Amino acid sequence: MTLISDRSAPDGIGQDAAGLRRFLHGLPGVDQVGAEGRAASLATRSIKTTAKAWAIDTAIGMVDLTTLEGADTPGKVRSLCAKAARPDPSDPTAPSAAAVCVYPDLVETAVTALTGTSVQIASVATAFPSGRASLATKLHDVRDAVAAGATEIDMVIDRGAFLTGRYSAVFDEIVAVKAECGGAHLKVILETGELATLDNVRRASWLALLAGGDFIKTSTGKISPAATPPVALVMLEAVRDFRERTGDLRGVKLAGGIRTTKEAVRYLVMVNEVAGDDWLKPALFRFGASSLLNDLLQQRHKLATGNYDGPDYVSLD
Amino acid sequence: MSKSAGAKVARIDVRKTYKLYVGGAFPRSESGRAYPVHAPDGTLIAHAAQASRKDVRDAVVAARSAFGKWSSATAYNRGQILYRIAEMLEGRREQFASYTDEADVDATIDRLVHYAGWADKYAQVVGSTNPVAGPYFTFSLPEPTGVVGVIAPQEPSLLGLVSVLAPVITTGNTAVVLAAQDHPLPAVSFAEVLATSDLPGGVVNLLTGFTDELAPWLAAHRDVNAIDLTGASTSARTTLQIAAADNVKRVLIPRSVDWSADPGLTRLSAFVETKTVWHPIGV
Amino acid sequence: MPFDYAPAPESRDLARLKPSYQIFIDGKFRDGAGEAIKTINPADEEPLAEVAEAGPSDVDDAVRAARRAFDGPWSAMSGAERGKYLFRIARAIQERGRELAVLESLDNGKPIRESRDVDIPTAAAHFFYYAGWADKLGHAGFGPSPKPLGVAGQIIPWNFPLLMAAWKIAPALACGNTVVLKPAETTPLSALVLAEIIAEADLPPGVVNILAGGPAIGQAIVEHDDVDKIAFTGSTDVGKTIARTIAGTGKRVTLELGGKAANIVFDDAPIDQAVEGIVNGIFFNQGQVCCAGSRLLVQESIADELIESLKRRLSTLRVGHPLDKNTDVGAINSAAQLARIRELTDVGEAEGATRWSPPCDLPERGYWFAPTVFTDVSQAHRIAQDEIFGPILSVLTFRTPDEAVAKANNTPYGLSAGIWTDKGSRILSIANRLRAGVVWANTFNRFDPTAPFGGYKESGFGREGGRHGLGSYLDV
Repeated sequence: MTLISDRSAPDGIGQDAAGLRRFLHGLPGVDQVGAEGRAASLATRSIKTTAKAWAIDTAIGMVDLTTLEGADTPGKVRSLCAKAARPDPSDPTAPSAAAVCVYPDLVETAVTALTGTSVQIASVATAFPSGRASLATKLHDVRDAVAAGATEIDMVIDRGAFLTGRYSAVFDEIVAVKAECGGAHLKVILETGELATLDNVRRASWLALLAGGDFIKTSTGKISPAATPPVALVMLEAVRDFRERTGDLRGVKLAGGIRTTKEAVRYLVMVNEVAGDDWLKPALFRFGASSLLNDLLQQRHKLATGNYDGPDYVSLD
Repeated sequence: MSKSAGAKVARIDVRKTYKLYVGGAFPRSESGRAYPVHAPDGTLIAHAAQASRKDVRDAVVAARSAFGKWSSATAYNRGQILYRIAEMLEGRREQFASYTDEADVDATIDRLVHYAGWADKYAQVVGSTNPVAGPYFTFSLPEPTGVVGVIAPQEPSLLGLVSVLAPVITTGNTAVVLAAQDHPLPAVSFAEVLATSDLPGGVVNLLTGFTDELAPWLAAHRDVNAIDLTGASTSARTTLQIAAADNVKRVLIPRSVDWSADPGLTRLSAFVETKTVWHPIGV
Repeated sequence: MPFDYAPAPESRDLARLKPSYQIFIDGKFRDGAGEAIKTINPADEEPLAEVAEAGPSDVDDAVRAARRAFDGPWSAMSGAERGKYLFRIARAIQERGRELAVLESLDNGKPIRESRDVDIPTAAAHFFYYAGWADKLGHAGFGPSPKPLGVAGQIIPWNFPLLMAAWKIAPALACGNTVVLKPAETTPLSALVLAEIIAEADLPPGVVNILAGGPAIGQAIVEHDDVDKIAFTGSTDVGKTIARTIAGTGKRVTLELGGKAANIVFDDAPIDQAVEGIVNGIFFNQGQVCCAGSRLLVQESIADELIESLKRRLSTLRVGHPLDKNTDVGAINSAAQLARIRELTDVGEAEGATRWSPPCDLPERGYWFAPTVFTDVSQAHRIAQDEIFGPILSVLTFRTPDEAVAKANNTPYGLSAGIWTDKGSRILSIANRLRAGVVWANTFNRFDPTAPFGGYKESGFGREGGRHGLGSYLDV
């Protein structure tokens, strides 16, 4: 394998598979109870009034509005794009979402629908969600999406390879996908629900960062548990530490299971206090979600009017 | 109240349907059967659901799926819930006194409080560290055995039921209870207390019906880890014990029971496993 | 734009402050024979309420009432019935949790996050736990029917006012004793509200008596002829005085005194969690905790990295108003305590240690001290030896496990210690060799009613909590 040519490598990693393995296994352990306790403690922060208003708008601007269903159609995607560009038709001050996230065959539809907007087009590729296909197929998948105009690629890692300790196989695959991305940003989905331990989450995070991922992303959304506070904590620590060692800022995307404003605001608190406020922007932090956006909009209405909102006052998608 | 014309008409009572309690819900028997329950003087009080072997099967499934969460709940949490059950029963003292008598209800409430206190103490009393001869730290702890089948005693209908049920769930087991055949109504009403006590659905599943019909299915069920034969007739016990041996169930056959006495540790200890853990000591 | 949290203050009205509070003797509230003092809010130095302090005659009345209750209804009652009273108290504390939390933060200066999430729920849990023991004493390992001691005099500190009251009262009553309790002079309010709860729970008069007052009242309790047992939590100096005072009287005593705990971090520790544990160990309750991890012993190979991480983490601590739900570090409890902290930190600098604090704006009024870390500390420094009882961490290093153990034990205290390593066998080995009553591994400052707590050496003797805590109140 070729290790980290184009991007900064921290000291202490040998230029081979054994070196990578040694490095990943040399990372400090994660005590699960302690990590869960820290995440729970951050969740007790009370974000009110002006801080909440700021957090809601910031969160809206970080949403990758997602539809990843077998039943997706161009019509569904067009409707999603309209929502992403202008989440609240009644209020032009509501920010746009960061991106829409669709399967590769619907990228073209999204590109057409989003022309002239700031909304990015993300596409899941590499035989999402399982990743069980040949490398050639995965790379083809990526090429398709990029050619169709995707500006962001969300790839899945080979969890089977990771869990059997073939870290360099995972690494090489990420490097190969990154090469196919061209100018598109690469988000590397770890599928933390299948990695089972926080130690694995930390190793997989570093592996993806070392291999050149622009973002590390928790989940496909197809596996439970998806994004959880302790997992987010460990991933935010990883990008924080990666910056300490390399000076390089990489992003984190939490996907799956985040439905309420309360959860989103708690995660922003975590970003703020664990990674730092440099990360509090869409270029470095995203929520992959669908129903979250409407809850954010309803809470936004609540702050504006003082009254609780209902689902009939926001658009379905 | 306004004065109304005409003769005063007695209000018509709304009567309760007595059903089973399985997985936190109150279904009728899948068999659709019911049986009459009579007062000592022979008058009909109600019809109770007559559970079938399939209801036993469903109850065991419910108990098994509740086991993971209940057994891993903190002992503190289980104690709080048992105490909550006592609080709920206290609030319905009069209703239960109508089935039995006040002293029986009071003793039942106090028994629940007694076991609420055991939840976070039992391990401290029976657990141990073991001073083994070597550089190892070893300790032994009780853990719940799993799903426990309970054949509740026929008398006293409420105190007896709670005295056999409470110790089973205190240590983190889940239960499938066969209520007293001739006095099933307090058990069904007690299930309503359980359902309003923050006790997760499925931790206690309560079946009414014919003990001789249902007990063999429970005793032979391979996903039941232990069985309490307190309420089984003396003649049935040997057969049930033989059936229970098929998957090496833990079997509790109590000697004569004084329901008013301090219950001690017997019932708590009947349905726990002891786990011993070894760990080396060294820098 | 940085993420500034807007103020999120808990409402002061929740505390239901009264203009004045009375002492509680023989089931009745009354003014004490001492002078009325004003208890103040350490966060802004404003008076909160007037408290009628007890005089020596009140101590005598309280002890007599406790004796009558002990000889009368309390001894005649079954354990199960005693337990039901304790369950009532536990439930009442749970019900009035928010009120008590706000009151505690007002009177003590601790962050509402701690009073709400730790002090009050743990106090309720203590009553709940010991309630369950009352009818099970025969199973506790002290013989088939162990007997209570009689009247217990209990003197508690200001750092966890309600929680310490619960630690003292719950096991004493469960075992069948009656009590005369004195809360600290600067933090009497929550104990006096606990007296209300006890009155509302209909405990027989005299079973619990609560006297506000200063050291003289504490001394009067200790010296009273008809007190059978003294339980004290506080400074080692006072503990020694108590031990001398009761010499020859036959009184039983348990003492929970000072500490200078070492938090030992090995190079294979889970670093991020260790940093949290160090922070929790020394900045929880502004470091005003007898078991605080006030000495950080870090293995030299990771010292720089760890201290760097620690400083980064401390920069996110929010120091400020105790009632703000986002406050991590609140006010120091009193002017006297603040003066002591200042004195010892000045000594630390004079001795040559390197002092560091994160930038933080402290309020102008009130008693405040910024979280502080001293590096380059040696065993000989006073800040490595004296209990500061404030948000001050002294960092020392070690090279080998033996050295870590030797340094950790090199103090007259022996209350608690911490070990951070991913290696289980090392935890057990180091724990075996530490002369401390509580050893936390990969965590710190955990408290639970089921777990015994207490010290070695000059940190005192006797245990509170757990099955062992019963032994402090039984004639065994």
